[in-house]
Amino acid sequence: MERTEAELIAAVLKGDAASFEPLVQKYSPRVFATARRYARRDSEVEDIAQEVWLKAFSKLQSFRGEAPFEHWLMRMTVRTCYDFLRGHQRNRESSFSELSEPENDWLERFVTQPETLTDNADAAKLLIERVMEKLSPSARLVITLLEIEDRSVKEIAELTGWSVPLVKVRAFRARGEMRKILAKMTKDKYL
Amino acid sequence: MNIAELQKKLLAAARTEVLDDRVPYAFEKRITALLASRVAPDNMALWVRGLWRAAVSCVAITLLFGAWAVFNPTTTTTTTTDDLSQNFENTLLASVDQSDQAP
Repeated sequence: MERTEAELIAAVLKGDAASFEPLVQKYSPRVFATARRYARRDSEVEDIAQEVWLKAFSKLQSFRGEAPFEHWLMRMTVRTCYDFLRGHQRNRESSFSELSEPENDWLERFVTQPETLTDNADAAKLLIERVMEKLSPSARLVITLLEIEDRSVKEIAELTGWSVPLVKVRAFRARGEMRKILAKMTKDKYL
Repeated sequence: MNIAELQKKLLAAARTEVLDDRVPYAFEKRITALLASRVAPDNMALWVRGLWRAAVSCVAITLLFGAWAVFNPTTTTTTTTDDLSQNFENTLLASVDQSDQAP
């Protein structure tokens, strides 16, 4: 008979580390999907996921079971991703001169024929990825959660551990930071 | 160029990105193996192991001193005046002896 999550967690807390495996198996896809929003290389994504699970194991005693295990784990995942972003702030100062041909074409079309552009163009995805990489860690996190994942301010506050007013302030600053980067990108290209 | 519009378009493109939730092969096994190697040792077992080592050392020292006491030839030739215990007692009780001798 398959054991419930609560039973597995109780077994892990009693010292049975093997009971942690079904939890890792069940929730790793979500952890990896989240980590891939913040890290590009496979090795980095795997490092983040590994750190999340090691933290989850060592802090399992703090899980009180009031909310689903998944929520508790996602909070840990988001915070680990934020720590990763803070620790890997390289390449933020590079210029946009090395845009690929499809990216240049997409920008060209945005200027000349914006109505012909579709939302799911690969070039646009590459461009937004470049822009996101240039954002500060807090700006990138808040833009991802608020604008891309479409989460509420309250949800972001719970995930990040920031207060609601702080999320609002950081979201406001993040949008401004993003606009500045976009302005620089277009200036690099057209001036 | 309309930056706000560009921002909107790019964010809309980001929202259409399909999440990649692939997990490397046997990732959960790797995590479990890593955890097993990192699991904190049992405190009780640590104490028991330490106490056993201490007990063995104590027995060894006792046997060593016992053998030394039995086989050391100097102990048999010690005179009463050279006896360490006697000297120690004399020193300790010197003040009492002096007060007894005083008029």
